Amino acid sequence: MTETAISCRDVSKIFGPDPAGHLARLKADPNTSSVGYVQAVRDVNLDIRRGEMLVVMGLSGSGKSTLVRCLSRLIEITGGSVSIEGQDIASLSETELIDLRRRKMGMVFQSFGLLPHRTVLDNVAFPLEMRGQDRRARYARAREVLDLVGLEGREAYFPRELSGGQQQRVGIARSLAIEPDIWFLDEPFSALDPLIRREMQDEFLRLKGLLNKTIIFITHDFDEALRLADRIAIMKDGRIEQCDTPDQIVLHPATDYVAKFTAEIDRARVVRAGALVHSLIPAPEGEAFASNRTIRDLARCLVAERREVIPVADADGKVIGGMNRQEALDVLLGDEK
Amino acid sequence: MTARAARGIGLAGLLLAIALGLALGKPVLPLGLIRPPEWLVQPFADWINAAFYFLQNDLGLMALTRAFSGVVEWLLDVTANLLYGKSRWPNIGPIPWVVIAATAFMAGYALKGWRLAALSGGTFVWIALMGQWKWAMETLSVIVVATPFSVFLGLALGVLAWRSPRFERILNPILNVAQSLPHFAYMVPVVVFIGVGPKAGAIVTIIFSVPPMIRMTLLGLKKVPEEVIEAGKMAGTTRWQLLSRVRIPTARAEILIGVNQVIMQCLAMVVLASFIGMPGLGQKLLQLLQALKIGLSVEIGVTIVLLAITLDRLSKAWAFRLPEHGEPSAMWLRRNRLLVIWIGLCAVGFMLARFAPYFHEVERNQALSVAGPIDAAMDQLIRLIAPLTAWLRWFLITWVLIPMRDAYLWLPFTAVLTLLAALGWAVGGLRSALICVSYFALIALSGWWDRAMVTVYMVSISVLIAAAIGLPLGIWAARSPARAERTLLICDTAQTFPSFIYLIPVIMLFGVNDVAVVAAVVVFAAVPIVRYTIEGLCNVPSELVEAAEMSGATRRQTLWNVRLPMALPTMLVGANQSVMFSLFMVIIAAFIGTQDLGQEMQRALSSTDVGKGMVLGFAIAFMGLMTDHLITRWSEGRKRALGV
Repeated sequence: MTETAISCRDVSKIFGPDPAGHLARLKADPNTSSVGYVQAVRDVNLDIRRGEMLVVMGLSGSGKSTLVRCLSRLIEITGGSVSIEGQDIASLSETELIDLRRRKMGMVFQSFGLLPHRTVLDNVAFPLEMRGQDRRARYARAREVLDLVGLEGREAYFPRELSGGQQQRVGIARSLAIEPDIWFLDEPFSALDPLIRREMQDEFLRLKGLLNKTIIFITHDFDEALRLADRIAIMKDGRIEQCDTPDQIVLHPATDYVAKFTAEIDRARVVRAGALVHSLIPAPEGEAFASNRTIRDLARCLVAERREVIPVADADGKVIGGMNRQEALDVLLGDEK
Repeated sequence: MTARAARGIGLAGLLLAIALGLALGKPVLPLGLIRPPEWLVQPFADWINAAFYFLQNDLGLMALTRAFSGVVEWLLDVTANLLYGKSRWPNIGPIPWVVIAATAFMAGYALKGWRLAALSGGTFVWIALMGQWKWAMETLSVIVVATPFSVFLGLALGVLAWRSPRFERILNPILNVAQSLPHFAYMVPVVVFIGVGPKAGAIVTIIFSVPPMIRMTLLGLKKVPEEVIEAGKMAGTTRWQLLSRVRIPTARAEILIGVNQVIMQCLAMVVLASFIGMPGLGQKLLQLLQALKIGLSVEIGVTIVLLAITLDRLSKAWAFRLPEHGEPSAMWLRRNRLLVIWIGLCAVGFMLARFAPYFHEVERNQALSVAGPIDAAMDQLIRLIAPLTAWLRWFLITWVLIPMRDAYLWLPFTAVLTLLAALGWAVGGLRSALICVSYFALIALSGWWDRAMVTVYMVSISVLIAAAIGLPLGIWAARSPARAERTLLICDTAQTFPSFIYLIPVIMLFGVNDVAVVAAVVVFAAVPIVRYTIEGLCNVPSELVEAAEMSGATRRQTLWNVRLPMALPTMLVGANQSVMFSLFMVIIAAFIGTQDLGQEMQRALSSTDVGKGMVLGFAIAFMGLMTDHLITRWSEGRKRALGV
């Protein structure tokens, strides 16, 4: 068992009449004219750890949806390689790929991708049916996941009879039916209105805590990314601009493009105490802040605090270092350094 | 206007001038430029006959077609036994008419509700009470057998075309020609291979109704949302699972519309197949019309119309039905309430039929008839309007039809070809000009120039009159949404009628002559013009109309300056259909007695001359394809100019 669930090396995807040839020409001379070609994904290197939640963030046309389809081999990549648990998926035969999807992968789609002629129950049971599971077993499992997403009682409904939020719950239930190790979500909440979106995000966080899966989540909404992610990869024109934890992206944007996103963000809501710890600073004795709390959560304590350096402790209560109070206040008040 | 477009128009003008010159200079033209010279005419018919002879005898295709027709015949016998009691296996039938009427009623109720139930149940009650049961069932048995064959064939070919773009590229032009061939062109080869009778009727029906099914299957499969397919793939489907459980079910609506079109094409063809000895409603209608028994033919006409509307509405209701969830916890009886009621009704029907033979089969002498009153009323009406129709007939024949026919026939064929080149050039440049000229050049080479010109004259005068009636009617109907909706419903209904039906009223009013043919074609061809005019006008974006109104335009100004120009591309689609419909109708109406290609087609049919029949069929198809090309190009050009 490897620690890395998915690993991408120099992944490129080019659309056009002769993608492979174009890629070779680009390799030889980066200034080759790209008229007639779309470079949807360019030289992406990523490692996604087992159990990690990676959010891929980018505006429309940045290649994020193409990237996730490269990871699941819904589309064939032009260059580079994608391995899932150490196995290069490009080398899989059709049967092996189908088998991999039947055992390991689940995917949720932006416009739900539900089968209109099947009931909610049959939609959720669909991947199990493809696997050849018998009727009784697949319905039992489908009911189980429907309960999990809070749709009990709607089994006999057809997708068109449900609201958007409910339809996406069906999509989520379907993607979870086979108990996948890797869970792809392609802008799952973008088609929903803001209130429902918020509710679904909470629901999603609950499921995430319950299930412990490797998750690749696509979104164009930076707030959503900050709210949900362990790590965020920000894409632009097919390239990953920066891939880091939300704290680091907010505190240290790698490029101007990333900085534009972070400029409007209330950093105190994103940055956690742990991110401001300097291991070099000797931690003083006394009451410690929990490292996973945001600066906003700690605002009152920070203002009342008299110590210049505040100790920060991890989830087990062990002190991991000291945090500079002034630095924390800067983040809280939004002062530029 | 760009320089290129200007040059195009200039060249078109030059060609037009040459055409005019050729026409005016006819007296001094050499004979070879007036009519296609003998040496130019190619014996296409002989070539086709030779090819067919080869297929039939040397390739042993005969054995194959005989085997296929054996299967069809066996199925026809089974349905014939069940529906009207032909003494064949399984020797159960005939099923009492009350049971079939009850079944139709329940089907209507289950699919749409009370109104459709009343229509479909009522249709079968009418058929039974009028004593037309056997004929209607003869017709229906062919539809019952032919539809599944066509649907299956169409589905299979549609899937193949979707799988392989190369196959689609080959299939597309074949479908284009197939859909422009008149009904009779299909009959001649079938008669050669199968002979005449119900079997041949069924087979010609199957072949004729496949193309729309292929088209709709292809359309449906292409329209399946990408995400649904990806969801299927991520569920780990194999290719076959993806096709059978994801793509085809998701394309359900389009595929069922295809089924609807197959059923309507089948009905239209079955009625016409009476010309090759298909018994049933069509044959009865043909006999009655030839004997000029108006009252009785109206009765049959009503039956055919009712049957058409019923089949159309039932299959459309099936196509558009959206799934609805049931109560999963409810009892079996409750969930299958309609099934139980249907079984109950059938049981009652069988009992009734057992004790009262009237409910089993209505004998001829027990049948109702409204023919007498209709005949009487018609006599009255005709006496009343006779002066008008007589005058109209005289006027049209002496002052419009004959001069126009003579003018068309007088034109040198070279002038016609140059004129077409000019038209093609104006619309689509060199390519269109070449396409137009080659279609008509082929007709000239076939040696049927004069007959073809008569067909062209009939079609052009009919479409002109149809436009003169249809355009104002469409504009009038589009003035209020409610009126537009009602008129569209009437147009939809009228389009479901088999074309043959349109002949009844015109023969009634004008008797058997050119005017009757033109009148039938005009009515048939006006329907698409009205329909697309309404659709075009109603679909003009409302901001545009509001903008015009806010600029102070009167209703007339808005119509002329905003709505009509915006609606033109859609209206052109209507004109295109109108020309196609009139071509078909002119050929069908030929048995009334016209001097055009249709009459020759009938002769080819009765002498089973495949070569001649196919040549004539292609000549008509080429006219249709040429018009289609011109109008489509023009409409696309307009659309591009309007940016829609």
